[in-house]
Amino acid sequence: MSGLGSQSRLFPHRHLLGIEGLSPDDILQLLDMAEEAVEVSRQVEKKKTTLRGRTQINLFFEASTRTQASFELAGKRLGADVMNMSVASSSIKKGETLIDTAITLNAMRPDLIVVRHHAAGAVGLLARKVDCSVINAGDGAHEHPTQALLDALTIRRAKGRIRGLVVAICGDILHSRVARSNLILLNALGAEVRVIGPSTLLPQGIENMGATVFTRMSEGLKDADIVMMLRLQRERMNGSFVPSVKEYFHYFGLDREKLAVAKPDALVMHPGPMNRGVEIASDIADGAQSLIRDQVEMGVAVRMAVLEALSRHLPNAEGQA
Amino acid sequence: MSDHRPTLIINAHLVDPETGREEKGALAVENGLIRAFGHTVDASSSPEGALVIDARGRHLAPGLVDLRAFVGEPGAEHRESLASASRAAAAGGVTTVVCMPDTNPPIDDPAVVDYIIRRARDTAGVRMIPSAALTKGLHGKEMTEIGLLGAAGAVFFTDGARSVANTQVMRRALTYARDFNALIMHHVEEPSLAQDGVMNESELSSRLGLPGVPREAETIMLERDLALVRLTGGRYHAAMISCAQSLSIIERAKAEGLPVTCGVSINHLSLNENDIGSYRTFLKLSPPLRGEDDRKAMIAGVAKGSIDVIVSDHNPQDVETKRQPFIECADGAIGLETMLAVALRLVHNGDLTMPQLFRALATKPADILGLPQGRLRKGAPADLILFDPDEPFVLDPETLHSRCKNTPFDGARLQGRVHMTMVGGRIVQES
Repeated sequence: MSGLGSQSRLFPHRHLLGIEGLSPDDILQLLDMAEEAVEVSRQVEKKKTTLRGRTQINLFFEASTRTQASFELAGKRLGADVMNMSVASSSIKKGETLIDTAITLNAMRPDLIVVRHHAAGAVGLLARKVDCSVINAGDGAHEHPTQALLDALTIRRAKGRIRGLVVAICGDILHSRVARSNLILLNALGAEVRVIGPSTLLPQGIENMGATVFTRMSEGLKDADIVMMLRLQRERMNGSFVPSVKEYFHYFGLDREKLAVAKPDALVMHPGPMNRGVEIASDIADGAQSLIRDQVEMGVAVRMAVLEALSRHLPNAEGQA
Repeated sequence: MSDHRPTLIINAHLVDPETGREEKGALAVENGLIRAFGHTVDASSSPEGALVIDARGRHLAPGLVDLRAFVGEPGAEHRESLASASRAAAAGGVTTVVCMPDTNPPIDDPAVVDYIIRRARDTAGVRMIPSAALTKGLHGKEMTEIGLLGAAGAVFFTDGARSVANTQVMRRALTYARDFNALIMHHVEEPSLAQDGVMNESELSSRLGLPGVPREAETIMLERDLALVRLTGGRYHAAMISCAQSLSIIERAKAEGLPVTCGVSINHLSLNENDIGSYRTFLKLSPPLRGEDDRKAMIAGVAKGSIDVIVSDHNPQDVETKRQPFIECADGAIGLETMLAVALRLVHNGDLTMPQLFRALATKPADILGLPQGRLRKGAPADLILFDPDEPFVLDPETLHSRCKNTPFDGARLQGRVHMTMVGGRIVQES
């Protein structure tokens, strides 16, 4: 037995470009496969052979430490040959268009490409130009599907379920692909989703996207089961979207007092990297209610599940799909 | 132009937007001008040796006058030259094209105006006429030589795709232009509010994760400009409005008697933000495509005459500038060749009558420029098109004459084909 998932169901998508378009069944299939990947990752012998002979390219147009490392480990644990390409060393800086890059990479016959790009929709654009499977590792403010999947896995393992939980997503919703992907996924699995943030950081029409909107933490966190904090980019802290770090932390930074409004067994999450003292107090980030380290572990497992699910579409040694 | 052979077009369905009449009849052309037309005109009223064209019941209407086209000459001829734009225009039934000053160098000097006029005379079949920059270098800081540029042949003053953010500069320009009775055309978008936006600000932009341009970026700039028109009395034309609120603002200004006109692009009459789908970059426009309610309001505005003109907003962009992620690609779509067929949808749908459509496509834009074409009138230039409004086709971008193929109507089912385009009595395109 080499695959994750005792019954090798076929995942019905060639790419993973977003949570949008996945059915609840698709999501659950990935989460179940990821559960098994967690066990694999906890063994001394972590290496599997599912992707032996396969080439995985991690193409990162935006700097990332944890997501890139997580995808690299996931690919290696499944036996793939993993190559990392980052923008600093790529020809994009020399003016090559994204599509030319896609065509060039495609000619090198990779089996899986993991892409992060700063522009919304860019990963989908690239996916249309290549023959292999493409995984979105974050595109602008659009989607970050593996983050939402790892968050869901973390929640499900901690709480035993997702349906019926109250999940509050707090902070910079406007610029967050993590918030968008989570919003879609958590709604699909039956959670009650709230978003909390200053109005300058809330996108228009968010109330029609399956979220109840709050602008005060004390109201939005009331009886929450899960508190999901988002990172606030430095350049947005000084007067452009919020007046200052001080004021932001005062009203939206998660500290003991604000967390006390949530359920006593509420759990705290953060996709990282954290700004301690801006959106989250250190004692909360490191405290007993924090799931932040679990999220990182689940990240590798979820990415293994995604790589394997998509690899089932790849032509096999006999050239058959 | 000496090949002014007298021409008689018979068996035509005449569309006269000026009087709103449509009738079966003939039209006689002599010395490049319309000599006579109507049901009483026949072969006997034509001189010996005249060319007789049997229209076989097709529509004969004034050629289109387009107040807004971006042409790459000088500076970006690989995207579009005056010659290639002229071929596209002729194929689409556009007989007068006003070129935007966003060239390289920009049209902000009388020598460049002169260059365009000469190049157009030598290479273009339709009338390609220059507008000039309102501010030097299109930088929005210092006004151009409005008097000299106008004398050289620039038909109005505009910073093209850019808005003049500085209110004082706009005030002075409107005040100064008044002394020459010069027209100022302005792209109405408050730059600081539009800033990073790439599409209409809406639930859809939130879902796509794209920064939005609120409608208020347009209405605030429009209100500012109209306040300045009230202050200065300068003649003003809002290049393109895109939302229902702007229409009411324009209607109020007109009711007040301000010297104000406005346009709408063919794209905003036929598409809405949902057509962007999954990041279709050919639909990235400025102003952005708005909601369906706005599109309907724009059509109603044209029908009422509150919106004076329809423009192609022809903007050729090539692979390097369009095949990019949505946020990073250039704005703009080509439109000269498809404008009429797309606009005819409004007639086929019953939104507009044929004369109403041609008023917005030909007569009103010519009036705004103070030119005699754009109408069927005895003595007016014989700038005419013969077209079949019902003939269906599926648009194949490769058949278009523009050097760039960035059309939002790729594969669209359209009705209406131009069979002959005549400029000043000369046939410049025939099929």
